[in-house]
Amino acid sequence: MMEHLSLSHFLVVGGLLFCFGLMTVLTRRNAVAMLMGIELILNGANVNLVAFNHYAAGGLSGQIFALFVIVLAAAEAAVGLAIILAIYQMIRNIDTANIASLRQ
Amino acid sequence: MHTNLVVFYLFALAAVVGAAGVPMSRNIFWSAMGLLSALVGVGGLYVLLSADFLAVTQLLVYIGGVLVLIIFAVMLTSQIKEIEVSNQNVGLVSGAILFFLTGTLLCFVAIWAPWKAVLRPESHETSAAIGNGLLGTWLLPFEVASVVLLATLIGAIVVARKEIKED
Repeated sequence: MMEHLSLSHFLVVGGLLFCFGLMTVLTRRNAVAMLMGIELILNGANVNLVAFNHYAAGGLSGQIFALFVIVLAAAEAAVGLAIILAIYQMIRNIDTANIASLRQ
Repeated sequence: MHTNLVVFYLFALAAVVGAAGVPMSRNIFWSAMGLLSALVGVGGLYVLLSADFLAVTQLLVYIGGVLVLIIFAVMLTSQIKEIEVSNQNVGLVSGAILFFLTGTLLCFVAIWAPWKAVLRPESHETSAAIGNGLLGTWLLPFEVASVVLLATLIGAIVVARKEIKED
């Protein structure tokens, strides 16, 4: 089974990407690095979508779904980075532990 | 079949090593470079999965757009040289534990689950079919996505522009 390229190969890569993304989001406190982790998670999900489309479902629906995920990831990155830049202009810091002014 | 496997391992290695560099590197700029490697690797995997249009989209949107944006943000907001990073010890340990738990679970499921896979999946070029699909079956999500992108464009400009206060 493992000598030939199979669905499992791609699923393992997608799972590892997801795990690294999760770890980035959880351990980093830099807001930009957390956004990078989110991109990794979305990429892991995309690999799974396309792999299942190729090996199990057939047709194109998985690829189209991945395409929309890419579009939304780009939108999310743009808005997220804009928010981070605005916060940086305000308090000169993007460490998520220090962004607590809404708390008061 | 063998060349396929070699190419797969090449791209998978690039993707996984790059992704590993994102949480582990101490310098945020190297994290961005790791993300670059991961995105290129995933693009290569798309080609192996006969998703040629998606691979080119990955290159154009992610590497040409999102990654450049992220690197801009890195350079605008942080001191690149700072060695002491955001990683706190406790956070790193619990993150590693969580990584191993989730990773083992996902790999176990991916390898041992009895997936109903097609034995000989066919490969053909997809651009024409995707174009037809976007203007046919998936017309509504396509239009909604364009509205979302427009809203994002305006929203990002409004949020990030510099306010000139008179006081």
